[in-house]
Amino acid sequence: MKKNLDILLERIALQQNKIVTVLIVMAIAYPYIITNQYLMRLSILALMYVMLSLGLNLVTGYMGQMSFGNAAFWGIGAYVAAIMTKNMSLGSGIAFLGAMLVTGIFGFLLGLPVLKLKGYYLTIVTMGFCEIMRLVELNWMEVTNGPLGISAIPKFNIFGIKLLSYKSYYYIILILVIATTVIVRRIVNSRVGLAIKSIRDDDVAAESMGVNIVKYKILTFTISSMIAGVAGAFYAQYISYIDPSSFTYNASQEMLVIIIFGGLGSRDGGHGKWQINY
Amino acid sequence: MFLQQLVNGITIGSTYALVAIGYSLIFGVLQLINFSNGSVYMLGGYLTLLVYLALKGNFLIAFFISLLITGLVGFLVDFFGLRLLRKKNAPRMAGLISTLGIGTIIDNSIQIWFGTETKSFPNFFDYGKITIGNTIISWTQIIILITSFLLMTIFSLLVYKTKMGKSMRAVAQNMAAAKLMGIDVKKVVSYTFIISAFLACIAGTLVGSYYQTIDTTMGFSVGMKTFAAAVLGGVGSLPGAMIGGLIVGIAETLGASYLSSGYRDAIAFIILIMVLLIKPSGIFGKQKIEKM
Repeated sequence: MKKNLDILLERIALQQNKIVTVLIVMAIAYPYIITNQYLMRLSILALMYVMLSLGLNLVTGYMGQMSFGNAAFWGIGAYVAAIMTKNMSLGSGIAFLGAMLVTGIFGFLLGLPVLKLKGYYLTIVTMGFCEIMRLVELNWMEVTNGPLGISAIPKFNIFGIKLLSYKSYYYIILILVIATTVIVRRIVNSRVGLAIKSIRDDDVAAESMGVNIVKYKILTFTISSMIAGVAGAFYAQYISYIDPSSFTYNASQEMLVIIIFGGLGSRDGGHGKWQINY
Repeated sequence: MFLQQLVNGITIGSTYALVAIGYSLIFGVLQLINFSNGSVYMLGGYLTLLVYLALKGNFLIAFFISLLITGLVGFLVDFFGLRLLRKKNAPRMAGLISTLGIGTIIDNSIQIWFGTETKSFPNFFDYGKITIGNTIISWTQIIILITSFLLMTIFSLLVYKTKMGKSMRAVAQNMAAAKLMGIDVKKVVSYTFIISAFLACIAGTLVGSYYQTIDTTMGFSVGMKTFAAAVLGGVGSLPGAMIGGLIVGIAETLGASYLSSGYRDAIAFIILIMVLLIKPSGIFGKQKIEKM
């Protein structure tokens, strides 16, 4: 029985490219087949979670460091995008870039001291970071409007074209997810990916082989937080209302459950969220 | 003003110390952060209130029943959540996620049964207050302090003087070797979980009486703060957990009164991050040497 399954999986693996193509075509055709608004909304959020989990998977799955900080980066991205589009009336493209940059800087700054730590300590510190960020969002009234949150955030506005339909939101997040998948895949299959995986398997051995552990850890952490930031920018402009209670450690916990459900360190693991959300 | 805040800080800090001892014991024995501890703390407070109301006001009996049930929950956390994982030699991360999940289950069950609103909690130790200069110390605070320090002494004696404590420390040093020496590791781990649940339940009840309110979210922040306390003192060390709890309590109260009350909960985490960056092994912790 098991052998048959293995053979089946092997055959599927050989046809991977075709399957990916079919899946992408299905994903593109999806909004034309499903017209139910509720399902549409669910799929959009599911895709956003796919993106978040892809980002977290880089740190947790491939590098083996359990981080609870991604919900905070998601929140930072959302707040940055909300402030940029609402208070400065900038376009979505710039908001995405801005959110990415700011969360990248935060990720870098948090990563510098924190990544010296290992195992549980890293988990706890990132968890603490999440809580600190939530309190800052709650208490910094002038910028974040405190517990009331920021409401009436403008919807997507790409180069002056306003996008208002569910279909367009769906395609925006689909493009983002595909881009993230490609980026993560390229990272994992490159020299950097090898270095990251060697850190996960045995950091002492990796260091003695000349892998610059600190550099790669910070790089991965920063990229992961950037991905979360872009997802946050999408979330803010899609829901058009954000408040501090969305970005607590519970969200991080959810992401973690997703990637463990889908399989740690597997690229497609994040897509398991589809099933959970339905 | 300063003395008053100091007294308040020591009071709340001593309850943190109680919960931190539980963390430290479990971390010592299993090398695992028990994330469900905060929820057990909340559960303890709720059960005391529930039984108290059901019995129409006999605090001591209510308290003992609640203690027994929470102890049972502590045992079940290990029995259902972790024993199988240990048997299968699952990675440590799995145990961590498992306790997180159990914590969420406890939180949500309480929310379903009792609702999410803040409940008022009777003050069981309301015997008036003492005024020294400008500082007011209530009997509630004195009783909390006495109970906490008494319990700390009892558990220190238990861990350092009894046979049970000896086997606990043996398991903490080397589980396999302890097993070979004929120590019933399963029993030791269960006892550790029960003790830690007892402590959490007592702390939950004391804090409930002190603030006279309990709510379903109080477990999470206390869980995180007490973990910060345990790390601050050095994980696995009992005196460390006590001192760490006191420091976190005092820093938090002083910070809330002199800096900003909004950031009260952030102070514990900021201390935690700073300690980890400067001296990761904590105040009383031993520096670990990594073996290849």
